[in-house]
Amino acid sequence: MIYQDSKTILEVRGLRATVNGIEILKGLDFTVKSGEVHAIMGPNGSGKSTFAKVLAGHSAYEVTAGTALFEGCNLFELEAEERARAGLFLGFQYPIEIPGVANSQFLRLTYNTMQVQRGNEELDPLEFDDLVREKMKLLEMSPDFLDRSVNEGFSGGEKKRNEILQMALLEPRLGVLDETDSGLDIDALSIVANGVNQLANKNDAIVLVTHYQRLLNYIVPDFVHVMDAGRITKTGGKDLALELEERGYDWIAAERQAASEAMAGEVVA
Amino acid sequence: MMNTVTAIRPTPTSGFLETLLAGQPMLPASPLPSINKLRTDAVDCLGGLTMPTKRDEAWRFTSISPLTKLSFQPARSAISLQGADVEHFYLEEATTRLVFVDGFYAPHLSSMVSDGGVMIANLPLADAARASVIESNLGRYVAVSNNLFAALNTALLHDAALIVVARNEVLSAPVQVLFISTQAAVASCPRCLVVAESGSSMTLIEDYVSLQDDSYLINPVTEIALADNARVNHIRVQRDSAKAFHISNCAVSLGRSSNYQSVSVALGAQISRYNLNVVMAEGAECAVDGLALIKDNQLADTHTCIDHAQPHGVSHQLHKCIVGGKAHAVFNGNIMVRQGAQHTNSIQSNGNLLLTDKAQVDTKPQLEIFADDVKCAHGATIGQLDKDELFYLKSRGLSDSVARNLLTYAFGAEIIDRIPIPSLKHQLEQTVLEQTSRKL
Repeated sequence: MIYQDSKTILEVRGLRATVNGIEILKGLDFTVKSGEVHAIMGPNGSGKSTFAKVLAGHSAYEVTAGTALFEGCNLFELEAEERARAGLFLGFQYPIEIPGVANSQFLRLTYNTMQVQRGNEELDPLEFDDLVREKMKLLEMSPDFLDRSVNEGFSGGEKKRNEILQMALLEPRLGVLDETDSGLDIDALSIVANGVNQLANKNDAIVLVTHYQRLLNYIVPDFVHVMDAGRITKTGGKDLALELEERGYDWIAAERQAASEAMAGEVVA
Repeated sequence: MMNTVTAIRPTPTSGFLETLLAGQPMLPASPLPSINKLRTDAVDCLGGLTMPTKRDEAWRFTSISPLTKLSFQPARSAISLQGADVEHFYLEEATTRLVFVDGFYAPHLSSMVSDGGVMIANLPLADAARASVIESNLGRYVAVSNNLFAALNTALLHDAALIVVARNEVLSAPVQVLFISTQAAVASCPRCLVVAESGSSMTLIEDYVSLQDDSYLINPVTEIALADNARVNHIRVQRDSAKAFHISNCAVSLGRSSNYQSVSVALGAQISRYNLNVVMAEGAECAVDGLALIKDNQLADTHTCIDHAQPHGVSHQLHKCIVGGKAHAVFNGNIMVRQGAQHTNSIQSNGNLLLTDKAQVDTKPQLEIFADDVKCAHGATIGQLDKDELFYLKSRGLSDSVARNLLTYAFGAEIIDRIPIPSLKHQLEQTVLEQTSRKL
């Protein structure tokens, strides 16, 4: 939702990033304000997931130019864990499995880490159990998930629900959900989307990175951005997603090409 | 009396062997003639065996020269340990317990059971009615002719944990066999025999602990025979002193459609070696899992052989090593699928985590397949912690060191998790947690 009195949560300017020496992000600008839901769409290889990982601080990616202010802090000066503690959350496309560590243990460890950061009391296992069970209802998760090892043997849908459960517990200012919809059947998609919708609020913001328009039938974005070759090349409202669904991505590239040729023509003229 | 010591061929490295064997003729004779014969045959075997060196293929990665430089005396019995000294080793789930102190049976710390269904006892006191079971099983599964340490154990055979579970008997509570080392510079040769008769079921906890920090040699042999349809859970924990030498042999024979589940955890000893041989009859199933968690200058060597001798066998093996300091882990896992062992299904995997630059691992997974209709897979990984896994945890706010410790812990906990004894599982989880959070 767009609010009049919203505050800027994230402001990215001219971001360039490489992985193994290959430039993936090539001058990206992106601004998110509190209360907003953004969708970043784009063809495979356009740099969507890279952008999500660069924001969260994955060590394999190197930022070579540009700035990112998150809640007024220089994001790129923070380690991954400091970004998380500052209120940035990344929902993984492929959440990792940690055999041998109970989900409940893991969730409580991360929750308490964040509580300490915010100057709140840690919860003991019993108190935490009450809290987490309440949050699990949001995502229609069975309590069995607490006793199982983190993500081990979870189906694709179960892993994604577990990601959103973590977002619900950690209450980030900005939740970046990387391909949260991919691989989900329609039932799982609607449960996950419903969970995300219930977490959306006036103070925080959500960025959905997705390949498919389908998710946006369930979570309605305020802004849709098209990413191509490492930059955001077009921004529109929720209708843009429908247009992309219908027309694909090629017309945007063509439109951009035409615009740059026109500009070149003007220069020549 | 009936034993004669044949001349032991002197070798430059067998110093402690001679000392130990010098006492062999003084062992009291067993009322069971087959046992006396086992001993004398083993003494004969020893005459033809030499201390293994790195030139022997089976010891290629493991040098026992620190062991052969030392001398060990035979352990003395009559240690006046009281329950209070060792109670902390008792596992609450185990209602029956056999305790051996430096290889000698400690009746006042043990509880024996002997009824129609089950016998849990020490060898010399074994029920005469079970003599034939003992005679037909003891020494039958472990090969001594080419194995100096198994031969030494057999030559010095006196006390032994005996567990016989009769046909269709189900032992619901686990049996703990506790081997406690209390003396320095001695050698002990614990022995254990489990016979699970057809359709029976039991859980064995074989637990090696120490009450002192000095050097000693412990040289156990365990034999486990599962008759048709029997089921044995075998938990083995080696937590000897950090200066100890632990050279151990275990032989398991699986009858038709029997099921053997084992988890072996090696934490202690300066040099430890575990040889496990599993021979499988038709339709038998086994899971053979292991964890070595070592640091400083420790060496832990696990050699396993799973022998699919007949068709329709299923074997699963997951062996892991967490190696810190300058420690050295060795894994040699042989899966043999013999001709005619069709429809064998075997999966073996070995994962190794090196926590420092100086930590070392040698791994040799081996598949030898002589049948043509089988499903077998094996693999080994050696590495440091996965970057993506670390990133996942850090993206949840966990610090680098907490994330590393958690992943290291999880790596080991995957094996510990398979131990069906909650109190032991908890103890070992704490050990893994402490050891992995100290960064070794």
